[in-house]
Amino acid sequence: MSRGLPASLVLDLRAIRARAFVRIVGSVREPAWIVSDAVFPAVGMCAYVLLYRALGAPRSYETLAVLGGIMSTYWINVLWGMGAQLYWEKQQGQLQLYFAAPCSRMAILTGMALGGLIMTSSRTLVAIAVGFGLLGVRVQAFDPALLVLVFLLTMAALYMLGMLLSSLFLLFGREAWHLCNSLQEPVYFLSGLYFPIRALGALGATAAGIIPLGLGLDAVRQVLLGAAARGLLPVRTEALILGAFIVVFFVLARMALTYLEGLSKREGRLTQRWQ
Amino acid sequence: MSDPRSALAPAVETRGLRRTFRASRGGAEVLALDGVDVRIERGEIFGLLGPNGAGKTTLIKILSTLLYPTVGSARVAGHDVVLEAVEVRRRIALVSGGETSGYGILTVRECLWMFSQFYGVPSQIAWPRVDELIRIVDLEEQAHTRINRLSTGQRQRMNFARGFVSDPEVMFLDEPTLGMDVNAARSLRAYVLHWVREKPGRTVLLTTHYMAEAEELCDRVAIIDRGRVLACDSAPALRRQVQGGQHVELEIRTPDGAGAVLPGLGDIPAAWGAPHPERGTRTLKFRLPPDRVLLPVLRRLEEQGLLVEGVSTRETTLEDVFIAVVGRGLDEPEASG
Repeated sequence: MSRGLPASLVLDLRAIRARAFVRIVGSVREPAWIVSDAVFPAVGMCAYVLLYRALGAPRSYETLAVLGGIMSTYWINVLWGMGAQLYWEKQQGQLQLYFAAPCSRMAILTGMALGGLIMTSSRTLVAIAVGFGLLGVRVQAFDPALLVLVFLLTMAALYMLGMLLSSLFLLFGREAWHLCNSLQEPVYFLSGLYFPIRALGALGATAAGIIPLGLGLDAVRQVLLGAAARGLLPVRTEALILGAFIVVFFVLARMALTYLEGLSKREGRLTQRWQ
Repeated sequence: MSDPRSALAPAVETRGLRRTFRASRGGAEVLALDGVDVRIERGEIFGLLGPNGAGKTTLIKILSTLLYPTVGSARVAGHDVVLEAVEVRRRIALVSGGETSGYGILTVRECLWMFSQFYGVPSQIAWPRVDELIRIVDLEEQAHTRINRLSTGQRQRMNFARGFVSDPEVMFLDEPTLGMDVNAARSLRAYVLHWVREKPGRTVLLTTHYMAEAEELCDRVAIIDRGRVLACDSAPALRRQVQGGQHVELEIRTPDGAGAVLPGLGDIPAAWGAPHPERGTRTLKFRLPPDRVLLPVLRRLEEQGLLVEGVSTRETTLEDVFIAVVGRGLDEPEASG
């Protein structure tokens, strides 16, 4: 890992791998978690597919719902596995160990994000199997490279947002739990998880402008459904906005973390579990 | 680590270190450190001895870059803890006793490896070191056990091992044996001694409540109280400072049982020792100056309604030094007002 690379980069890469390792191991070591992490969200998705089917809606609506169900799993992970994570770390007394380690804090957060992404992807296999296998939902012919690109951009933007939220939630301390709860359902709604985001009109467009989940989902739907997705903006434009999200959230997350660390050192609070 | 400036510098050096906290928004300031000057040489095991709230943990947190000093400066291995925090972190490790670390889903072995990675230890070095540490803290049978299935004591031992996985230059041990059983604490103390002597330049800063631990391990001890270093020397030298006179222990039956208010002995500082609930007594400890005799002291206690049931004298200990320097025992609460 170290050949030819600067020592600080090697250190951060090792930290990323180690922190991601926790989540990857967790995803295979506790199979029971699949029920809460994958099966329950898939149940909600099934309800929408069956509802559209019962109402005789166009088949594309069923696909919209399945894709929404898949993406919702990532949003749950971003909120609870990233947003609230530093707060849980503090409660476990682990945060000060991270703050005293020489690796960068962004490396720790990146490891969490990477591990969370891999773990959640293994969970989405359940939603994919249920949606496309069990319920027989179909997509049109699509460009796999474009799908991968749009998906990765969406994930990068989402997890960068998670890194930002993790610092902000830590500042709010015990409110983190409530913040997660209060962000879960409204974001589901504003991202149009189970319906075309265009149905929200101007509100949907505004929401897509600030929530990467909605924009990314819309782009993925357009790649897989074409015009039937009733997309908000051209895929290319949405990909560019997602790219901008990545940069903005990365910079903000870094700033928030630096501020948080400074605050912690000045006030002596945030690294203590009882404060 | 090959930085010549770092290699020649003392392990720790603080100058006029002061740290205040604000208890709550708009609340009064609490002084945790009040002008601490400490110099710890490479290869030393240096003890910080003081009661709760003396400032020991605050000092360790500043040295391990977790807190800013309010005033003053601190350098670890030649690097400023504020301006060169990353350089300091590369060279240190921190273990706080009574705390646990790691993720329940990981095994002991995996968890220790994970922490080694945060310090950039290559895996081919990390794994053998992890296995060696697991053997040292007597967790071989639990090496592949998930952390959430360990007992509290086992987790504490794992946490201790965690500090050594990065092979730091300067180790901060904050009450490392707190709450551990006697055998585990003894073997960990032996390992600390071995670790420091094994390679030149390794240094330990140890905070402890346990006088015996400080006596056994430390080359030098600083007695700290209310944020100030009141004495700093080797344990024998500190003992010599308070030699003369007799160290007296009285077993006293108090009217209202153990835990009574400390009796007044005039200008002789005294401290309560351990209570003996089975006998309804408690030990009172003090040093009788060479020009004084015991009888008036016993009379004075009698006047306060205290019945002396036993008298013994002994050699000077670090605890005697502590009482002489601080004016109360290590576990004695500060007198209010």
